[in-house]
Amino acid sequence: MEILSLLGDGFAIALTPQNLLLAVVGCFLGTLMGALPGLGPANGVAILIPIAFSLGLDPTGSLILLVSVYYGAMYGGRISSILLNIPGDEPAMMTCLDGYPMAQQGKAGEALSLSGVASFVGAFVATCGLVILAPQLVKIALLFGPAEYFVLFTVAFATLGGISSTNQAKSAFAAALGLGIAMIGSDSQTGSQRFTFDHIHLYDGIDFLIAIVGLFALSEVFIFLEHHRGGAVGSAGVTKVGRIMPDFGMIKRCIPSMARGTGLGFFSGVLPGAGASLGSFLAYSLEKQAVDRDGKTFGKGDPRGVAAPEAGNNAASGGALVPMLALGVPGSGTTAVLLAVLLQLNITPGPLLFQKSPDIVWGLIASLFLANFILLAMNIPLVGIFTRVLMVPTRILMPIVAMISFVGIYSITGSTFDVMLMVGFGVAGWVLRKLDVSLVPVILGILLGNQMEVNLRRAMTISDGDWFILVGSPLAIILWLIAIAGFVLPMLMGRRMKKRMEAARNEEEFVGD
Amino acid sequence: MSDRIFGGFGLALAIFYIWAASTIKDSFMVDVVGPRAFPYIVGTIVALCSLYFILRPDDEPEWPHMREFAEIVFAAVVMLIYSWALPEFGFLISTVFATAYLTWRLGTQPLWSLVTGVGTSVSIYVVFHLILGLALAKGPLGF
Repeated sequence: MEILSLLGDGFAIALTPQNLLLAVVGCFLGTLMGALPGLGPANGVAILIPIAFSLGLDPTGSLILLVSVYYGAMYGGRISSILLNIPGDEPAMMTCLDGYPMAQQGKAGEALSLSGVASFVGAFVATCGLVILAPQLVKIALLFGPAEYFVLFTVAFATLGGISSTNQAKSAFAAALGLGIAMIGSDSQTGSQRFTFDHIHLYDGIDFLIAIVGLFALSEVFIFLEHHRGGAVGSAGVTKVGRIMPDFGMIKRCIPSMARGTGLGFFSGVLPGAGASLGSFLAYSLEKQAVDRDGKTFGKGDPRGVAAPEAGNNAASGGALVPMLALGVPGSGTTAVLLAVLLQLNITPGPLLFQKSPDIVWGLIASLFLANFILLAMNIPLVGIFTRVLMVPTRILMPIVAMISFVGIYSITGSTFDVMLMVGFGVAGWVLRKLDVSLVPVILGILLGNQMEVNLRRAMTISDGDWFILVGSPLAIILWLIAIAGFVLPMLMGRRMKKRMEAARNEEEFVGD
Repeated sequence: MSDRIFGGFGLALAIFYIWAASTIKDSFMVDVVGPRAFPYIVGTIVALCSLYFILRPDDEPEWPHMREFAEIVFAAVVMLIYSWALPEFGFLISTVFATAYLTWRLGTQPLWSLVTGVGTSVSIYVVFHLILGLALAKGPLGF
């Protein structure tokens, strides 16, 4: 009951005209970014953070805007999957498998509206799950001392590579690189200058926004330049959308698929190191196991093969918010970017946030519910607008993305040095991507580095220099075991998982790209 | 081979990092661990991972050919020049040229690139500066 009244307060905040408008704008922009290949939820949110910040919106307002973009991008990813067989973002990969064949059979409209409904179901249930689960997790998190927090951060880094990671050394390298960058600037505990080399621009450290926009958005521009991919994504001939209104019979038949997809997706979202891509992958492959063991209809345009992964993908993106809000530890790239949003607004997520500023937490959660309804309304009748965006050639689009990145960073820092630094991060991001080093741990390292160190030092102060405090409580030991398991398991089965994910992808011939 | 070079670079970075950490001065405030311990740990992890890359490199990634490589380098240089030009010439003028360059390299006809550049620059200026009120770089001409 207490939760309901808190949620009611949240809705009172989210339903003010200004916040409602922000939610609509966010949903629209998010769907747009999700639909465009090359602009996923992570870099979409990344380039908008500095802009939302320099607009001078209040914290709740900017949060509402940016989480609407996040949810919107998750919805939007399916549009190009279905119409063009090119996933708009990574989690939408599995939607290609049955969505595109449906479009080829002239049922693009049905596929789009069905996946819209599935996205809604997944995201809506996951948001309910967030409401129930996050306060429980907060209760556990309140037991954490500095030592446990330090280990918790270690868990986040150890599991971030994910189950499909093939080279854990590269994940560890990326995390350490991020942590190393976070150390630059004056030490928060003693005030000593570290790694600044008497360079005045470095005294305050490197703003994580510069790193995020550079690594995510600009490196994407470089990738496009490298491949000379300047044409319209939609030039391969956007399939006719056909009837847009959903076929209720079909939706009814897909309800069990959506339910299974949602459950699986939510769990992989909550678990560290899984995220939306794994959520949709699991939802699709288990759905196939459950209803189509012989492979007769899946991959040939089975609506259930669209409903399950879309529900899974969106449920996972809701589930991923649970650890991010309750513990302050994101489990995926996109939630890492959302953590950046919170830190930029001077909000430290974690158990204290729920106690100290319930208005922000519940306003945020209420706006997630709201965003869901807006997205459902926006995605079914208006899907035509978004498909038209796919006709804009990337040679025009990518420079715009680059310029908006510059505008954002320049408007918050006003410094040429910082803008140049962003270009540097862009180039570094391109090189790291080429070498198959994931960028998410780098970002997370930059975001969490100082907190991780502060917790270590606090723990050591408590124990008076005894390092054994890090394994000094059952909770800490459990967390260490999770960290070790999360780091070692992918070494044993990472290659196999990756092969299976790629095999599932390649069963179909890719038309585009 | 790429991974080995990367590992060598990482190792050099780690050594430099640990050396730089050892030069951190203590301030008048002290705690048990001090400002150097965590950087040492981080530097060690970087070093260990780099050694692993040298000993067990992954398959060679697909490096672009010289031409594409030059493409990236030139684009980065243009972006750096753009960063420098922003306060010198103002947002509108700098952005026209930066956008024109990028869209040209992505395959727009030269003349159309300039048109796209002007279009992008003016639209961003209108939307972000005039409507949303963001502070953009001001040149000597005031825009």
